[in-house]
Amino acid sequence: MGWWYFSLWRKLGKMFMWFFLVSDAFTFSSLLIAYGALRHRFTDIWPAPGDVFTHFPFIHGHVPLAYVGLMTFILIMSSVTMVLAVDAGHRRDNKSVAVWMGLTIVGGFMFLGSQAWEWYHFIHGSEKGAYILSDGRFARTDDLEPGKLFIWQNHQKTIIEGAEAEKAIATSVKNIKGANLIENEYGNTPLFGNFFFFITGFHGFHVFSGVVINIIIFINVLTGVYTRRGHYEQVEKTGLYWHFVDLVWVFVFTFFYLV
Amino acid sequence: MSDQNNEHHGGYYTGDVHNQFVPEHYDPKNRKKIWTTFWILLAVTIFEVAIAFTSLSKELLMWTFVLLTIVKSGYIVGIFMHLKSEKKSLQYSILLPFLLIVYFIAMAIAEGNYLHKMF
Repeated sequence: MGWWYFSLWRKLGKMFMWFFLVSDAFTFSSLLIAYGALRHRFTDIWPAPGDVFTHFPFIHGHVPLAYVGLMTFILIMSSVTMVLAVDAGHRRDNKSVAVWMGLTIVGGFMFLGSQAWEWYHFIHGSEKGAYILSDGRFARTDDLEPGKLFIWQNHQKTIIEGAEAEKAIATSVKNIKGANLIENEYGNTPLFGNFFFFITGFHGFHVFSGVVINIIIFINVLTGVYTRRGHYEQVEKTGLYWHFVDLVWVFVFTFFYLV
Repeated sequence: MSDQNNEHHGGYYTGDVHNQFVPEHYDPKNRKKIWTTFWILLAVTIFEVAIAFTSLSKELLMWTFVLLTIVKSGYIVGIFMHLKSEKKSLQYSILLPFLLIVYFIAMAIAEGNYLHKMF
């Protein structure tokens, strides 16, 4: 009886992985759809992602979306090394599988590091942050253009500068710096920060799990488990999960950062 | 489970008490296909970032992004995850449930727009 179960699992392992991924895709879909619905609800005050994610390491100035573009490249690249590991497994080439798996793990760590950097800058925010003015309007500052206040309302940008800006800051009700779950300097809604932390965090946790699973499989490859077993189906299953993580990022990239 | 068993091209034996033969479709052209897919994904991503800041209308941009995202996910699922070479029945059982997601998106966005209009 026990044997029968195990052989069934082995034969159907890939299919079970697929069905798990379908359910996981539904979870991510729900998160992104909730994001979309609430963004449409608060469209007047929702920040434009191009104004929020503007940092790039070692570059002083605004380079909107370049960094997330780089993160996308890193993840796609690690997806390629993963699929090459699976391909090497089909050729029963243990050494190549090990090399490609190793590179996939490196790619995974690079992505996690990038995300940590991204989170740091999102939480830390700009030097001056944003102000809630006495009339209730929400005004952002820009480190590169000191003394100016930027007010977004109904997709219209108003700029206040000079003495008027100084007066507005002096009479402001509140100064918000960076982001947390209650408020953020990017827009007058906590939802933007909440969705950022939840969606990219949930995805980042998936990447982290993927890296852990990849390391386990990598050790198995190095110790020759799959050479003895005669096939690399386990590598294929891990590969499915890893590609799925890449796939989710493609959607997060579009719907969180681009649109 | 001897290695000789698994010298067989086009599949492998499970090696347990059943020692079942599992067919595999190994194609030496795969590696070229993988790299072609990579270049396509990279080009599409660069194109997306490049057009994000052009003066195209917001509507047009959004639909372009949605379309390109579907193209990209098609390549990832079809080539990287090998769904293209799986059985028809598996393909349908994986892809058809996502029709419900399309319905969900339409409902949720309509709801968001309604709430925006009313409150």
